[in-house]
Amino acid sequence: MAITESQSSHATPYTVGEMQAGAPCCEPVPLLQIRNLSVAYSGQKALDGISLDIHRGCITALIGPSGCGKTSLLSSLNRMTDLLPNARVEGRILLDGVDLLAPSCDLTALRRRIGLIFQKPNPFPLSIWRNLALPLKEHGTTGKAELHEKIERALNDVGLWEEVKDRLDAPALALSGGQQQRLCIARALVLEPEILLMDEPCSALDPIAGEVVEQLIRRLQGRYTLVVVTHNLAQARRIANYAAFFWMRERVGNLIEFGACENLFAQPTHKLTAAYVNGRQG
Amino acid sequence: MFRLVTKDRALGSALMLIAVLVGSILLLVVGFLARESWPALNEGPGAFFSASGWYPMEGRFGLLPMLWASLLITAGAIALAAPLGLMNAIALRFFLPPGLAAGYRALLALLAGIPSVVIGLWGLVSLVPLIALWQPPGAGLLTATLVLALMILPTVALTSSSALHAVPSDWLRGSAALGLSRWGTITGVALPAARQGIIGGMLLAMARAVGETLVVLMVAGNVVQMPSGLFDPVRTLTANIALEMAYAMDLHRSALFVSGLLLVALVTILALIAGRLGQGQVHAA
Amino acid sequence: MRHRWRDRLLTTLLWLSIAVLLAALGWLLADLVWRGWPGLSWSFLLDAPRDAGRAGGIGSILVATGLILLVALGTALPLGLGSAIWLNEYTRAGSRAGRWTRLSLDILAGVPSIVFGLFGYAFFGLFLGLGYSILSGGLTLACMILPILIRTIEQGLAAQGDDWRQAGAALGMSRASLLWQVLLPVSAPAIATGTLLGMGRASAETAALLFTSGYVDRMPEALSDSGRALSVHIYDLAMNVSGGDAAAYSAALVLIVLIVFINGLTLGASQVWMRKRVSYGYY
Repeated sequence: MAITESQSSHATPYTVGEMQAGAPCCEPVPLLQIRNLSVAYSGQKALDGISLDIHRGCITALIGPSGCGKTSLLSSLNRMTDLLPNARVEGRILLDGVDLLAPSCDLTALRRRIGLIFQKPNPFPLSIWRNLALPLKEHGTTGKAELHEKIERALNDVGLWEEVKDRLDAPALALSGGQQQRLCIARALVLEPEILLMDEPCSALDPIAGEVVEQLIRRLQGRYTLVVVTHNLAQARRIANYAAFFWMRERVGNLIEFGACENLFAQPTHKLTAAYVNGRQG
Repeated sequence: MFRLVTKDRALGSALMLIAVLVGSILLLVVGFLARESWPALNEGPGAFFSASGWYPMEGRFGLLPMLWASLLITAGAIALAAPLGLMNAIALRFFLPPGLAAGYRALLALLAGIPSVVIGLWGLVSLVPLIALWQPPGAGLLTATLVLALMILPTVALTSSSALHAVPSDWLRGSAALGLSRWGTITGVALPAARQGIIGGMLLAMARAVGETLVVLMVAGNVVQMPSGLFDPVRTLTANIALEMAYAMDLHRSALFVSGLLLVALVTILALIAGRLGQGQVHAA
Repeated sequence: MRHRWRDRLLTTLLWLSIAVLLAALGWLLADLVWRGWPGLSWSFLLDAPRDAGRAGGIGSILVATGLILLVALGTALPLGLGSAIWLNEYTRAGSRAGRWTRLSLDILAGVPSIVFGLFGYAFFGLFLGLGYSILSGGLTLACMILPILIRTIEQGLAAQGDDWRQAGAALGMSRASLLWQVLLPVSAPAIATGTLLGMGRASAETAALLFTSGYVDRMPEALSDSGRALSVHIYDLAMNVSGGDAAAYSAALVLIVLIVFINGLTLGASQVWMRKRVSYGYY
């Protein structure tokens, strides 16, 4: 029964599981290096010459008004842009030194290491169990015991285990919006990725559910590396270690400023950044 | 641009093969029709449209009487079915309460599903003797037109009904607010807006009528002659094929295939007209 | 107010139109039941026809019809499913191959059934050497029902938004797995509807079978045997057998019941589809 989301965010009625928060902000060794990335759709540039670093174990927030290419950047990180026939991606994305944009890159392995959570929850029209077992089986996990262990762990991580452990065969679509989004996160976590990309994960949810998901995101820090696109500046301040601010210049998305979160918000270098984070623009 | 997983690539190739096979059916149909018609066409296509009449045993293959019969029956059938069908569609949209409308629509779907051989059977056994009382022999141009009209009536009604339902109710409410009566709204707003869909449906029904075989086979009389009166027995292109294919040989059979090609041409023309109408988008600004 | 007389006239014409349709339909159905019902019995359904069909039953006819439908569906379903999946999942919007395939199917849908009969005779009967056979008839019918089958299945696949496809891609799933595990099961009602529509159309078909599956009314022993479909039997009794009217009507009644049954199933399948959409907000 989905009562957890109506209760206050301070109590944690669900099992948290063993989760270490890790060092609050990690070693400054970039896990993912983005160099000069450009994305164009049908010849029209959406993103121009982006370079930034994603640090291991940290939460990096991508902020800025809509249309600035934040989602395009996210999509290119796990090569979801490949699905769009008119998208061209140029530049380099280095994961542990290997260029992800090279044609020889193994997409299946890539998407196991980098997961993506969508704005609108999209669980498969299957049971809760099968939603999680399907990607595992697809990537080669077969033993029943192993499946069970990984699924339970993932559901624990997102705080759903206590809520659904008695009805794993129930349809996933019967869950509430917030539960569905947490299920989608669990579905991504079950593959034990290193990086989780999130495209405005809370914006399609009601405020209470959104808060639960936000708390979950904070708990994932340290164990996972997260890149979160968000419109909600307050949320970015709350959760992120690093922030990247995007803005439109001549109808093309550009990276204006990137840095540690407190610095960006408290003492922004660029005046556009200052204007945006203080609500004077955008 | 991107590499599919091997499993996906194999599946994609297999599926493409299937789709190619399916896509080539039309080519096969046209190809084989052409192949079988070739001997007769070679003699000179003009012969088919001369006034020499259809005397296959003597090698004369004039299709005109049968072409006329096909066209007249089709024209007559749509002339009857169009107003009746349209009225029924208007009733479905504007006059019948929702529960009754659903039931009536189911009834129309039932009628649409009745096989043509059954409708032809009814026409042959029940309608023909009735008309014969009025004017023997009973099976003729009029009878065929009536029965065919009944057959395509549900098609016209259902397609027109869909077209009328697609008209946004905002427009209808707006018209009522201007003080138009129900019929005023119907003739002034709904029908013009749904015109394309309605005409498209009628063309579809006409194509069905031209291609119909069993009904005309059973109630049109099957005498090859230029139709000169409503009660004359006539033979359509379709009925001709059905009747003579069993024993036709060589050039005769080839001529029958030519009439098959002619039928395909007629239906294609109707489809092209329908398609052209679809291009000219009509929307109230 | 000005148009009061016009309105009243039109309304009268409207109710007249309904009356005409109901009268004609009523006459048809009443006739069918009145003349056909007396001949119906279990022996009618099971016995073989005797005396050119005037007496006896339609047992062998029903078997032949069933076999023809089986061949038609057995061929059309895999081909149709494969084509629909290819069109929806593997072709880009506006690709030439996709457009040509769809166009050829649209044209095929309009070809008259007698012309299909000619094609079936020339291609399956003569060229492939199948002669007059159930196989020949079934394959011809398969060609006829493919367009509507593919259109219906494609609609079902296309109606699902891209959400699941994107989720599957992000999880590194192959498209084949996604199709098999998620997309096809969800489209099952659409596939069922398309299949039933095809079956309904095939059952009613006569002209295409006249020169492909033939007229033989004996119990077929193999797919290569000629067999008489129910619709062909009705035609034969009505036109070629004097005094065959009564038997024709009884057979017609059986055919109608069969088709109504199939249509009822179609309605049921689409209801299931609708209910699923509503309760789970699929699309």
